[in-house]
Amino acid sequence: MTTIDVAEQVMPGKADVLLHASIPTGWKRVRMHKLMVNATLGVLGIVFLLPLIWLVDSAFNTHATASLGAPALSLANFRAALAAGAGGAIKNSLYLAVVSTLIATAVSTLAAYTLSRRRVPFKSTLLLGVLFLTGLPVTLLLIPTYEIFVHLGWANSPFYTSLVLAATSVPFAVWLLKNFIDQVPKEFEEAAAIEGTTEMRILWKIVIPLSLPGILVAAILTFINSWGAFLIPLVLDANPGNTPGAVGIYQFMSANGTVQFGPLAAYGILFSLPVVVLYLVCSRWLNGGFAFAGGVKG
Amino acid sequence: MTALGGSSDVGLDRPQRRADKERFKFTTFVWLSPAGILLIALFLVPTAYAIYLGFTNLQLLGPHASSFSFTGLANLDRMVHDSVFWSSVKLTLVFVIGSGIIAQTLLGMALALLGQRAHISIRATVGSIVILAWVLPEIAVAFIWYAFGQSGGMLSEIIGKPSDDLLSTVPLLIVCVANAWRGTAFSMLILSAGLRNVPEEVDEAAQLEGAGYWRRLFRITLPIMRPTIMTNMILITIGTISDFTLIYAMTQGGPGNETAILPVYMYIEAFQFNALGYGTAIALSLIVIGGLLSIFYIRQLKPELGKAS
Repeated sequence: MTTIDVAEQVMPGKADVLLHASIPTGWKRVRMHKLMVNATLGVLGIVFLLPLIWLVDSAFNTHATASLGAPALSLANFRAALAAGAGGAIKNSLYLAVVSTLIATAVSTLAAYTLSRRRVPFKSTLLLGVLFLTGLPVTLLLIPTYEIFVHLGWANSPFYTSLVLAATSVPFAVWLLKNFIDQVPKEFEEAAAIEGTTEMRILWKIVIPLSLPGILVAAILTFINSWGAFLIPLVLDANPGNTPGAVGIYQFMSANGTVQFGPLAAYGILFSLPVVVLYLVCSRWLNGGFAFAGGVKG
Repeated sequence: MTALGGSSDVGLDRPQRRADKERFKFTTFVWLSPAGILLIALFLVPTAYAIYLGFTNLQLLGPHASSFSFTGLANLDRMVHDSVFWSSVKLTLVFVIGSGIIAQTLLGMALALLGQRAHISIRATVGSIVILAWVLPEIAVAFIWYAFGQSGGMLSEIIGKPSDDLLSTVPLLIVCVANAWRGTAFSMLILSAGLRNVPEEVDEAAQLEGAGYWRRLFRITLPIMRPTIMTNMILITIGTISDFTLIYAMTQGGPGNETAILPVYMYIEAFQFNALGYGTAIALSLIVIGGLLSIFYIRQLKPELGKAS
């Protein structure tokens, strides 16, 4: 029971008066301290917010500059961004993100379940190898993959580019999902196995539903990663019709002599909105994933 | 984890379970193969191929584009005498350590600690803003800070010199600030989660003994969180060391290679100066640097690992 509760009981409705009459001297310092903490955090928040405010302000302002201007409400910048090909580029990003997420999530779930439940020869070596791959910079893969793709005629194909994006996400997804499935109790699977259910059905009807939060985290992280992909499509796909949003914005930035801040800001918002919405909708599961990562001791 | 799961298995039905576990099923191989094929074809083969290409004279166009050959240590020799390469190594270290490890850890820790004691509504609002900066695609972040660093941009107006083009006077600082702004959320999330795992009893006991806030922070909270902080640093290093989009979109490595960290320098050498072989060698050097940093972190972590076992 807090002091306020006690005060409310003694003198209903006048707790505040009662409290102020009996505040010990230390209390003022505690309150001052609380104020300082909240104020500092608030200032940090404003510093972090400023660039975002500029982006939104410039997107709706036809006379947008590199600094904040008087807010205006015009959709002209969005029309200019769409005229510069934002729509098609975002569709291309959607293709890369959806295809790579579906592939990466499916193969990672299957592998993670097998590594979690089955006897696999050299399992710890395999897991260590997967962990090693998560730390390998993607930059290293770029030139050899480009060479291989040119030789096999896989370059300039959104599907093969998605495959590369999927492969770069698989090591982390396998690692995350294996740890997640390890936490799911085995009793349901064992009961189903005794009743003669096939393992594919067990995976589909029991394991996947029970580990859905983990699968969603892996899928969302893959999606966000592929959505923003820049270097891999820049190198592997030179076909202008396949340009994804990130490359499109870059080309728009360096296209004309003067940078068109307004249309670019609008382009940036159009391109950012899908992942921001996705994050907001799914943030509950994602934060759970972080609690998990933060709990890793060493 | 396996040890924990195993202990519950030691029951009456142990022999039966064991028999079940020992059997290797052919389908195990089938189920692992989609991920296996993808990783082998698009991760392991390119990695092995990179190690070879790094020692060749492969070109993007020209005579050595299709008929390239093994050139021994020629690329390594060129690298050792390449002053741009060494300045690129230095820039990479400044970028990773300055904007990644120091700025993101300090800001993330500050936000986590303040959030722990602040009012829930302020914590939630500020947390969402910081996370929003992190969720934005990297290219959007690059564009925002590209605008902010220009003459007449927000940053130059804040410091009171609106005509300064900060992207050409202090380009490295601007890309570091941009990267810190973008990456802090990750540290904040990991460190907040770590902070929740610090047992309250220890802190309360110290408080009863009369230890002040800062003393408790440095003597109790931070030492307990050391493994989490180290894990966080490793993850930041992995994320930052291969960063390309942010810097390339903001500066293309310029002006005059002043922001050409290794991935950017690799791209410039390979796809602008035609030298795919040398570019691969630069990418390989990135692995060496990443490896050296990892060894450093693992050494730092060792005391905890030793205690745990």
